[in-house]
Amino acid sequence: MSLLAVDGLSKEFGGVHAVQDLSFTVEAGTIHSIIGPNGAGKTTLFNLITGIYTPSAGRIVLDGTDIAGKSPSQLARLGMSRTFQNLQIFFNMSAVENVMVGAHLHVDRRFWPSLLRLPSMVRGDRACRDECLRLLDFVGLGHYAEAEAAAMPYGGLKRLEIARALAAKPKLLLLDEPAAGLNATESREIDAVIKKVAGQGVTVVLVEHDMKMVMGISDHILALDYGRKLAEGTPAQVRANADVIAAYLGAHA
Amino acid sequence: MSKTNSLWTARMGGMALLAAVLALAPLGFANAYYYDVAVGALFNAIICVGLNLLIGYGGQISLGHGAFFALGAYGSAIATSRWGVPSVAAMAASAVLVGLMAFVMARPILRLKGHYLAMATLGIGMIIYIVLKTEAQWTGGPDGMGVDPLSVAGLTLATDRQWYWLSAVLLLLAVWLSLNLVQSPVGRALRAGHGAEIGAQVVGVDTSHYKVLMFVVSAVFASVVGSLFAHKNGFITPDIAGFHRSIELVTMVVLGGMASIFGAVIGAFILTVLPQMLTAFDDYEAMIFGAIMMGTMIFLPKGLLPSLILLIRKRMGGRS
Amino acid sequence: MAELLQYLFAGLTSGAIYALAGLGFAIIYNASHVINFAQGEFIMIGGMATATLTAAGIPLPAAILAAMILTMLVGMALEKFAIEPARNADVVTIIIITIGASIFLRGAAQVVWDKEFHALAPFSGETPIRILGATLMPQSLWVFGVSMAAIALLWWFFNRTLFGKAMLATSFNRLAAQLMGIGVKRVLLVSFALSALLGAVGGIVVTPIAFTNYEAGIMLGLKGFSAAVLGGLGNGMGAVVGGLIVGIAEALGAGYVSSAYKDAIAFVIILFVLFFMPNGLFGKKGVDRV
Repeated sequence: MSLLAVDGLSKEFGGVHAVQDLSFTVEAGTIHSIIGPNGAGKTTLFNLITGIYTPSAGRIVLDGTDIAGKSPSQLARLGMSRTFQNLQIFFNMSAVENVMVGAHLHVDRRFWPSLLRLPSMVRGDRACRDECLRLLDFVGLGHYAEAEAAAMPYGGLKRLEIARALAAKPKLLLLDEPAAGLNATESREIDAVIKKVAGQGVTVVLVEHDMKMVMGISDHILALDYGRKLAEGTPAQVRANADVIAAYLGAHA
Repeated sequence: MSKTNSLWTARMGGMALLAAVLALAPLGFANAYYYDVAVGALFNAIICVGLNLLIGYGGQISLGHGAFFALGAYGSAIATSRWGVPSVAAMAASAVLVGLMAFVMARPILRLKGHYLAMATLGIGMIIYIVLKTEAQWTGGPDGMGVDPLSVAGLTLATDRQWYWLSAVLLLLAVWLSLNLVQSPVGRALRAGHGAEIGAQVVGVDTSHYKVLMFVVSAVFASVVGSLFAHKNGFITPDIAGFHRSIELVTMVVLGGMASIFGAVIGAFILTVLPQMLTAFDDYEAMIFGAIMMGTMIFLPKGLLPSLILLIRKRMGGRS
Repeated sequence: MAELLQYLFAGLTSGAIYALAGLGFAIIYNASHVINFAQGEFIMIGGMATATLTAAGIPLPAAILAAMILTMLVGMALEKFAIEPARNADVVTIIIITIGASIFLRGAAQVVWDKEFHALAPFSGETPIRILGATLMPQSLWVFGVSMAAIALLWWFFNRTLFGKAMLATSFNRLAAQLMGIGVKRVLLVSFALSALLGAVGGIVVTPIAFTNYEAGIMLGLKGFSAAVLGGLGNGMGAVVGGLIVGIAEALGAGYVSSAYKDAIAFVIILFVLFFMPNGLFGKKGVDRV
């Protein structure tokens, strides 16, 4: 059974169809990319899947549960996490604290033990911190652990969001343009991180403009245009698809 | 890992410093009046430490916390003088009731943002103020009502000196509890909701839950201090619920430094003591007070303590 | 019927003042996203200046003109010396600045004038007008008429003059306005001047009914804020409607329910509205973009 199944999904904003009657599935353990020109509805699709928007019509099924209309925090409990194209960093915290928030669902967060700083709580928090420091190392930000997020460079913040999302231990991780605004070297680093994540069994859904990255790491690609499905298949199939070349690749290549 | 410890040590160092200041301050107190002002400052500091959790860390403004203070005060006053309830029990019962009230109103209110939230909290404060002023058969109306002194297990707190030591210990307790909260998963979830609400939600933080929680915690802080104030003062009027009182509390938090627990303490101390010093200026008192408020916020928009720390860091950074 | 009419007269009179105050909040909010808690003090200064100047023997028209100019200058000084230097500060910080300004202005009024109540003679006598069994004081007509005229003038300014349109454009998109060569600083200054002027007008016409003292602006300011929020922040006509709703509801509530709770009514309405419409009656819905 597929981990994520989207069926007949539509979203309208005051008469404009941002996403129209879209159906696709994502198999567990794969890297699934969504491509398309600007305004094709990729970010809207992400916002629908992650509960930030409510669909106008259609079903979204995660691991057998219909999740349309659930809030982002409920979805996190079901094993979904994401990053943002426009960063959603906690600039009022340090890097490692940002990641520790990601582990929210996996730590003792009861009020009274926190208020009284009970030893059990302190121990749990320390373990969580160590775990998050490892995650920062994993995305290559170990040396920034104690830095204030507000003082970090843009490329680092992108990876910080990935580390935070990983701390939530998701089954399904959605990455919204992880390479946007990065230089070639930084993009390759993100590339490697995504591969490592997938290697650990996390299913990745990716929106990305960097074709080199998409073609290099995806198991499966979904091409959108004007909120509709244009093509779907392996990188080779999509690369060869005439519609895709006309609508998207042609404009770039 | 070393950093948690060092951060924690820094906070504990702050507490030790505060404890030392509180222990040594009475050496400079010439008479009972000094103790009286100091107790007022300590009371305000305790409220502001709680309010800062909501405003500074949670990013939610409240222009109505004077009302929670007043409800604690009137709760204690009515329960002890009308029904003969022991003062500590009355204080606890008032705090529980105020906490429940805050809980019930928090969810609809905290859905609001920015100025709409400011308006709603202001409105609730004003309504409570007007109720206290109008329901004279309970509250004595605008003329106020008398309150018995605080007595614990047969001991009565009578002198300003005794009140000073009690409230100093309570302030240290309040600071310790708040430090605990801020550096726990609860505090991180709260600050995350302030920093990037949707970013927090997608990793499972129910952001509105933490806002509601801090609204209740800060209301309970205010209520407990209100009860103490009633017993200490021996007399209360509805003015303690007024718009001015609420504004004063927010100003203390912002002036001292938002999201800084010790900043809130400093803000409360300064804004309590300053008007006492300005009385020498008679008619010009309000003008000078207003000008100081504006000037501080214009030139140190982050508040006193954070600005000071930034300055010291710059100095040290320059040298090394 | 006569009773209801009587309450409506009272409600429309105070509602007109709330509308002016609310509009003052809206103009400044549009230009700067600042809530100016010193708006009530503009009302107080207008009333106090007119009352004390006429008491000193200056003819009413001259006193009114002087009061309007004075209040406008105060408004502009507030913008220049307190708001502009803090442009990039937090919302809460700016709220505290304007509250500091209101305390400062009340203190100044206490020093320049005193703590007493001041009266002003009604502009055209005190012979009540009888309509369908209800009585209407001529001054109420002044309040309502002048307020509505001021509102109409403002509407004309914002919709028909180039500078007015430029100010509106700035509130929608500051950067675009700047690129088009609109001086944002000047827009800010003018918006404070206009709001102060509106406050002064309200204070001048209402003083013959209500007396005034250095603290008279506090409640009027809060009611004006309620009016602006009720209508939806940044919506000028919303603020006017909000002001009238608050005024009428207050008068009806005081008449039929409880006069002791008159002042609470505005706040009860506002809470009720905000619970169901978090952006006021006519406010735009805010959307978080991610």
